[in-house]
Amino acid sequence: MLIAKPPDIPSSEITSRDAYFRYLNRRRFLKGAAAVGAAAMGADRLARLVSPRTTVHADPTKLQTVYSPLTTTGEQLTTFDDITHYNNFYEFGVDKSDPAKNAGGLPTRPWTVKVEGKVAKPLTFSIDDLLKLHPLEDRVYRHRCVEAWSMVIPWVGYSLSEFIKQCNPLPSANYVQFLSYYDRHVEKWGGAETSIVWPYSEGLRMDEAMNPLTLLTFGLYGETLPNQDGAPVRIVLPWKYGFKSAKSIVTVRFIDKQPPTTWNEQAPNEYGFYSNVNPDVDHPRWSQKTERRIGLPFYAQRRTTLMFNGYTDQVASMYTGMNLRKYF
Amino acid sequence: MKRSILILLKTLVWLACLAPAVWLVWGAVTNDLGPDPTADIAFTTGRTTLRLLAITLAITPLRRLSPHLNWLIKFRRLLGLFAFFYATLHMLTYVALYSGFSVPAMIGDVAKRRFITMGVAAYLLLLPLALTSTTWAIRKLGGKNWNRLHKLIYLAAICGVIHYWWQVKTGVITPITITAIIAALLLARPLLSWMQRRRKARAAVAA
Repeated sequence: MLIAKPPDIPSSEITSRDAYFRYLNRRRFLKGAAAVGAAAMGADRLARLVSPRTTVHADPTKLQTVYSPLTTTGEQLTTFDDITHYNNFYEFGVDKSDPAKNAGGLPTRPWTVKVEGKVAKPLTFSIDDLLKLHPLEDRVYRHRCVEAWSMVIPWVGYSLSEFIKQCNPLPSANYVQFLSYYDRHVEKWGGAETSIVWPYSEGLRMDEAMNPLTLLTFGLYGETLPNQDGAPVRIVLPWKYGFKSAKSIVTVRFIDKQPPTTWNEQAPNEYGFYSNVNPDVDHPRWSQKTERRIGLPFYAQRRTTLMFNGYTDQVASMYTGMNLRKYF
Repeated sequence: MKRSILILLKTLVWLACLAPAVWLVWGAVTNDLGPDPTADIAFTTGRTTLRLLAITLAITPLRRLSPHLNWLIKFRRLLGLFAFFYATLHMLTYVALYSGFSVPAMIGDVAKRRFITMGVAAYLLLLPLALTSTTWAIRKLGGKNWNRLHKLIYLAAICGVIHYWWQVKTGVITPITITAIIAALLLARPLLSWMQRRRKARAAVAA
């Protein structure tokens, strides 16, 4: 497939609707470029040399969505291009541009999610079961990475609570653990470039998992998730640092104790189990008071980080009485 | 070496050394530094500093390998100064784009964050080397003192590598390549000295 970059509009001029339109235009442009065929080959190579861009979004499917009152308004959306080419998905390489290049081998269909642990009965859901379980909603969320950069992403999914209700967890299920897909042949970069023990594991307290903001996510910009963004199904937690939002989930395990989580195991002093966005608690290596918004020019990136990433009204009550410096 | 060839080579080295900076300026002007331009500027300038330090450190061992490579000395000052140039850009990126020129923020960072402390240490070690890089300074100091002072580059390179390791996440091992290269170049010095001594001793026995 031929890849080309559309003419750049200054990001300051992009409103959310324009951004989406630009993306649609891009898709049309790709089809047009494919028709031009061999003649364009040279130009494409040159374009790649100047600005290497690859995409792993081989078979996007449009998703039927409905409006959600939980969507974030008043933010300029990050472009589809940036959301799909600036990823932390270490199984596919540690560089932000690696997942877009390397995630092509992720076998997203058929796909099953196993439910186990403290449940009435272990279950298995296919990706099609999950897509039909509840109407899919458009949810724009701010996304704040622990590395102090941020995006605004139009996700597609429904509240994880809808799924958990179908799992019949036992009263002893105090926590939920998510395990990501791992195959060292498909994801050889994870072993070669890091000393992390795979698969990726993340977890939530049950009340956090049941919070309406917690999104079981299947798409972005109205289409199925590109592989590098955690296809075919992932979690999105807008009030926590991005690494809490596990990608490409294959197992959901209900447990009584706090589960071990990947980054917390790697460096417990740097990545807490809760990892709520909190401008008052610095990462040992940098301040969390400000963040860099992705896609803006270098002089316009800095902005103030908000408590709970601006979702205080929806989530703060879950942490009343907790020392958020201790439980960071 | 012929003067014309030297001029040609120096021009090429200048162009090669300037390329990363030109790339950044071009990217900044056309707003094409990728999704996170601030991080891109910081990473590019830091990586180039370490690479140029490694190349500078390679000159002496290479010259010791063969007398035919003696001419490489003519490039050492240039390369070292370019390493300092990128270290300065790296430092300015931190001052302007990360701390926002806030002095309290910078003091806090240097005190609290060991990777920043180490980065500042590496820069402060390079500073006297850049300041004494002129022919006038070499004469003023005398060759012996100047050589002794400029051994600080070893320490600066080590601090730079530690700064890199402390900056990346635990579990990320990308700094391994530059670490191996710099370690090899530093270890090559005592190793080559030892080999030279042995060769001399053998020659003495043979005589």
